[in-house]
Amino acid sequence: MKITGLLMMPAGWFLVLAALVLLRTYVAQVSFIAAGIGVEILGLVLFTRAHWVAKGGSE
Amino acid sequence: MIPQPLSTMSENSEALCILFILLLPLALAGLALINTGLSRSRSAAHSMMAALCVVGAAATAYFVTGFAWQGYPGLVSHSMIIFGKEWSWLGAGHFFLRGVPLDGSRVSLAALAQLISVGLAALIPLGAAAERWRLRACCLSTALLAAITYPLFAHWVWGGGWLERLGSNYGLGLGFLDAGGSATIQVVGGLTALTMVWLLGPRRGKYSPEGMPGALPGHNTVYVLFGCLLALPGWMGLNAAGSLLFAGVPPGRTVLVAVNTLLAAAGAVLAAASITRYRFGKPDASLSANGWVSGLAASSAGCAFVPPAAALLIGLVAGALVTYTVAWMEARLGLDDPAGAVSVHAVGGIWGILAVGLFPRAAATALTSAAISAPMQGGQMLAQIVGVATLLGFVLPFTYSLNWILNRFFPQRIPPEEERHGADLYELGAGAYPEFVTHTDEFSQW
Repeated sequence: MKITGLLMMPAGWFLVLAALVLLRTYVAQVSFIAAGIGVEILGLVLFTRAHWVAKGGSE
Repeated sequence: MIPQPLSTMSENSEALCILFILLLPLALAGLALINTGLSRSRSAAHSMMAALCVVGAAATAYFVTGFAWQGYPGLVSHSMIIFGKEWSWLGAGHFFLRGVPLDGSRVSLAALAQLISVGLAALIPLGAAAERWRLRACCLSTALLAAITYPLFAHWVWGGGWLERLGSNYGLGLGFLDAGGSATIQVVGGLTALTMVWLLGPRRGKYSPEGMPGALPGHNTVYVLFGCLLALPGWMGLNAAGSLLFAGVPPGRTVLVAVNTLLAAAGAVLAAASITRYRFGKPDASLSANGWVSGLAASSAGCAFVPPAAALLIGLVAGALVTYTVAWMEARLGLDDPAGAVSVHAVGGIWGILAVGLFPRAAATALTSAAISAPMQGGQMLAQIVGVATLLGFVLPFTYSLNWILNRFFPQRIPPEEERHGADLYELGAGAYPEFVTHTDEFSQW
């Protein structure tokens, strides 16, 4: 889960970059950038959950 | 590739800029005092010693490679052409500041300001990882931050890089705007702090066997609050120098920068004190101090662009945010961050970056003296969002990976058994207050 989360963050960022480079209309750019941010946040959530201090006080 | 240089500065502007840069060490002192006051007395000397060491390590690493890779508009950089647009991604200067004329020019002033402000970014993770971060490891981690991560991102924002040119390349407003360093200093430092909290884990006794957080209060609230006051002139200098050097605003506008910085801090501390008074019955000094610094962190991005009323609003929101996120991260995410650095600098900084996008007309007036169209106004917010996406999608995993590798070779955490005696005894051999403190776990229930 940790590695998946870690990889999803740059994957979302590449979506954002792709939106900038490949798309021309404002609406399409906004949609893809929003999707990219969504992927990043999902990765961040996964990564955070993987680090969550389990009941018992340790990882 | 050589990006377009900013206009030259008059001698008066240079003198003013040097004055602002010389205020910067006050921000370092303030942050060091806040970190020390929020840690326990058994690690107080270690906290101050680590602050000195990381500022030294940051300046040295930045001197060696940092400025060469960060670059500055007008200096050479590595770039690539993607679908007809030029993407500058790394400075191509000489190491050891060779070729930088230290003569009061824009470039030399930028180098001086960055040598100090990279230390500010390096102090942020120190507060989050307090009491359990080895001295040698924090110096090495800081060297990675100052030599690689910080200059790379700072090049994109301040060195004529692709984020700065989102406006000219893709029509996104005026490109990513960050006059005083909400992104380059505060969020980069805050995300590094988050990385260290993840890698080091919580302090011994912070969480019960059931995962409930306990209180491990800082040892000196006076240090913390005095540190806040000390940080204010430092931040005014940081924001003013950044606005002159990186946003290219005229010198007269630094008055607005100082007013905005103060108002953002004022709004933030009042919001934090009011909310904690409402929630807990009495204002919480530690969270109010966090609110103050959060307001400063949020003020940096838009300090040269937004009107004073907007700066006050930015501060109010930053102060309110920090009171909730500190508790949420501790209780719900299991993040043991004694100084609240992740909430203060990362969350506050991100809010400050996005707030610039809420006032695109003000930014356009400050930088171009011209009105901008409606799509361009929306584009400014999009440019700010792309900057935040870069911080979360690139800087955070990159910093984590670097520190994870470092941790494999040089374990960064003080052995948990030694934490009982404190980092002072383990690392320095003597405590900060040898005659007054008994080393007991009086606040730890587990």
